[in-house]
Amino acid sequence: MSGNADIYHEMIVDYSRHPSNFGKIENPTVHYHDSNPLCGDSIDIYMNVDDDKVSDIKFSGRGCAICLACTSVLTEIVKGKNIEDVRKIQKNDVLGELGLENLQAVRIKCALLSLKVLKYGLYSYLAAKDANADALKQEASSLY
Amino acid sequence: MQTTISTEQIRKDFPILQRKVRNEKNLVYLDNAATTQKPIQVINAITDFYTNHNSNIHRAVHALAEEATEAYEMTRDKIAKFLNIKDRQEIVFVRGTTEAINLVAYAWGRQNIKEGDIIVTTEYEHHSNIVPWQLLTQEKKGKLEYIAIDDNGELILDQLDQYLATGKVKLVAVSQMSNVLGTITDVATIIAKCKKAEVRVLIDGAQSVPHMKVDIDALGCDFFAFSGHKMLGPTGVGVLWAKKELLEQMAPFHGGGDMIREVHKYETTWNDLPYKFEAGTPNIADVIGFAAAIDYLNNIGMDYVRSHEIEITKYALDKLSQINGIKLYGTSDMSKRGGVISFNFADIHPHDLATIIDEDGVAIRSGHHCAQVLMEKLDIAATSRASFYIYNTKEEVDVLINSLSRAARLFKL
Repeated sequence: MSGNADIYHEMIVDYSRHPSNFGKIENPTVHYHDSNPLCGDSIDIYMNVDDDKVSDIKFSGRGCAICLACTSVLTEIVKGKNIEDVRKIQKNDVLGELGLENLQAVRIKCALLSLKVLKYGLYSYLAAKDANADALKQEASSLY
Repeated sequence: MQTTISTEQIRKDFPILQRKVRNEKNLVYLDNAATTQKPIQVINAITDFYTNHNSNIHRAVHALAEEATEAYEMTRDKIAKFLNIKDRQEIVFVRGTTEAINLVAYAWGRQNIKEGDIIVTTEYEHHSNIVPWQLLTQEKKGKLEYIAIDDNGELILDQLDQYLATGKVKLVAVSQMSNVLGTITDVATIIAKCKKAEVRVLIDGAQSVPHMKVDIDALGCDFFAFSGHKMLGPTGVGVLWAKKELLEQMAPFHGGGDMIREVHKYETTWNDLPYKFEAGTPNIADVIGFAAAIDYLNNIGMDYVRSHEIEITKYALDKLSQINGIKLYGTSDMSKRGGVISFNFADIHPHDLATIIDEDGVAIRSGHHCAQVLMEKLDIAATSRASFYIYNTKEEVDVLINSLSRAARLFKL
């Protein structure tokens, strides 16, 4: 990647104007919210879990194009997946979809806020029933 | 001197302005409200201190200590002259504006704010002039009230009258210039109203002192805070000025070395002003470097600083307002605004915009600028902000404008 502005390719710009799975779920199985204090990006993720499967996922909030595109891609990856597979999602699964593997350090928090919210959300859902849930919390807090 | 000042000449004093960024682009530094660049004179002063005079101050009797103490104290005298402060003992060195305001909130506020008391601030304050008052009023069961802004980004001062009429206001804390809108506050009117009501006034001068002539004696406020790094000086140096009678009544902020007269096992008496508030080894080298910044500004003159910024800001406002989709915040009356321009560009998020124009070497700020109360009021998450100083040129504004059109193409505006 020659320059940082190359990240603003068509897919990113399109996602920022037309994000996927944007909205809210009433009474979801999982709901989590977080924000980036430095830039004000703010994301809520809502999930319904049926038979250990994410039957529906939506997000609301506001953020920059990078944040909205990454959150869109993340929700597309998660939707319909088994909880165990959702647990294994890594940052490059999201960044790779959008060609953002080399994103500059100061913008990485924009890209990974939603993954952080997802991991904390899953942790809050699994904490009571899964002895290994702490790993999710650890992963979430060390993402960026 | 005044007639010979040229921006070109000034730029030669700033080594960083010669460097290239992002693939050999000229640096266009438009983030001066966050911090300014440093002239070689300031850099040299700090280097000279560490190379030739480094020592702790105030106590040792050796040669280096004497030199260091003298240079450190000379900065205090220069500040007194620069801002027309009559008594040098009223000048307390702190880390910056934030620490100065926290000092007042802690040392004055805890003695003087009681349940039901009101502290008034404004909707365009920096977090540093909001959060310390929240902490204080929460602890003391007081109340924090805000003077609202109108559509021009100016304070609705009638609201101050209403608050003062309650008889419960103990302090009005207001910035002399908004770091987001650039609005210059009519502090003379605010101070006059407060004096009449016998209410204390704190002025946050972080954005005003670097950009316009300030006369603290003429203002007649009670507390005044500002930072060195926003006016060519090093980071980590700021000033709290307060009336002597207040500093004398106030409890210390930090306990430790240098702030004491006598320490016994269970009691301590305080040192004279201002040392009572300068506990521990201060930031000696940077205080000395700050003196070089004040010398620099004195040489070009604050009238020149202000008129240069008005010229550049007018030019930029004019250019920006010609671009479709640009939303400008704040007043267009240059007599009421400084060299700060906050804007939004169609639906491009300020962070995306800042990243794109950074590719062209243009450094602007994007985000909430530590003014989330104001963002809430304007009902936006963030703005882009260009802020100017003595070394900025109209050509640099043109680079910004061209860069914005590249962003427009990328986002298909």
